[in-house]
Amino acid sequence: MRADASDLPIRFESVSVGIRGVTILDRITLSIEVGPPTVLIGPNGSGKTTLLRAAMGLVRPTQGHITWGGADESPPVRRAIVFQRPAMLRRSVSGNLSYALSMARIPRRAERINELLFMVGLHGLAKRPARRLSGGEQQRLALARVLARDPVVLLLDEPTASLDPASTKTIEDIISAIALSGIKVVIATHDLGEARRIGGEIVLLHHGRLIERASATEFLNAPKTDEAKAFLAGELLV
Amino acid sequence: MHSNSALELILTGDPALLAIVRLSLTVSLSAVAVAAFIGIPLGAFVALNRFPGREAFIVLLNALMGLPPVVAGLAVYLLLSRSGPLGSLGLLFTPTAMIIAQTTLVTPIIAALARQTVEDLWDEYRDELIAMNVGPVRRVTTLIWDGRFSLVVTLLAGFGRAAAEVGAIIIVGGNINGYTRTMTTTIALETSKGDLSLAMGLGAVLIAIVIIVNALAWAVRRAGETMAG
Repeated sequence: MRADASDLPIRFESVSVGIRGVTILDRITLSIEVGPPTVLIGPNGSGKTTLLRAAMGLVRPTQGHITWGGADESPPVRRAIVFQRPAMLRRSVSGNLSYALSMARIPRRAERINELLFMVGLHGLAKRPARRLSGGEQQRLALARVLARDPVVLLLDEPTASLDPASTKTIEDIISAIALSGIKVVIATHDLGEARRIGGEIVLLHHGRLIERASATEFLNAPKTDEAKAFLAGELLV
Repeated sequence: MHSNSALELILTGDPALLAIVRLSLTVSLSAVAVAAFIGIPLGAFVALNRFPGREAFIVLLNALMGLPPVVAGLAVYLLLSRSGPLGSLGLLFTPTAMIIAQTTLVTPIIAALARQTVEDLWDEYRDELIAMNVGPVRRVTTLIWDGRFSLVVTLLAGFGRAAAEVGAIIIVGGNINGYTRTMTTTIALETSKGDLSLAMGLGAVLIAIVIIVNALAWAVRRAGETMAG
């Protein structure tokens, strides 16, 4: 594990987020610690994306508060996020990485760019305009771009949504490698199979509330709440 | 010169015609350059910032895109006339006054279109740039750089407005032969005098210039998009 884990733990203390009178997160208390991946699961609209955005500091709580490594304010220097539909800068693949390195004040070493491209399997596409990559390739570039920032914690918002099985496997393999390298991974998904494959701990959200939190093995084999049992049984949580 | 046919004037490279073309390009390109220097940062500022009266300012900026040239010319005339606040500079009836008048016309066009371009791009990039901890100044430069191909079209719109305009420059330039006479003012003058050859020759040159500039910009945009996406 990395010694410099200044953004961890990320603590949510009775955090609520409301937008235009609608409660998106409802009194969430959660601590994201150094360790194996944390998988946020739940149906669409359960609050997964908002929780990730709040953890990133992009959304402010309307009640409660969030701390990063014990601090109330923390610029996003050592944490990074991959959005469900990442925006590709209108530059080449290597230009996107060069930009990310520059913003993180890391020298734009060509070797580092090549290393990142190799890590996500995009070597050979360095000169291609980023916006002309396929959906799966864009997600891999987005992963490389956040890794360029040398994060301690990486937040992933449904990174395999709408990808084919081959692309999904490639992305999940990269995520597993990232987690093994010591970066804390927090991933949102509504795909139970993905949650099972990535493992770690699982947090079930529903209607903005934290329903159950347990290790993947415990959650998948012996869920405690009715909602978790229903979700695992493939029933629709409404 | 006036008795020759339009085609002959163009093919022989008539010196008077070339001087008029040169002055026209100098005035219009200078005005677009100054307007871009003011309008693009202004557009980006409005796109990225929220301040009281912002909506009204955007409506005003958009409305000024249709500013009548004669009104712009009159305003600059009042500013530069002997009794005006800048009368002591002695700029009235000079090419500089014409550049100022055209800059007045073109700046709102460039600022309004740049604001829209930057704002659309900001909607797309906002979360990524904030998540990358990109500071305010770098956000602006990033959005302008990534919107550069759309901004080329903005500059073209400005150039089109400047190159075709006659009302403002005839008021502040005076249409002085060999000094402030441009293609559009000459066309207006020669048509009124009944010398259609020169007017038609200059009209053909003006259209050709606009087409060439647009074709070049189009080629640059296509090449850039191919390379950068």
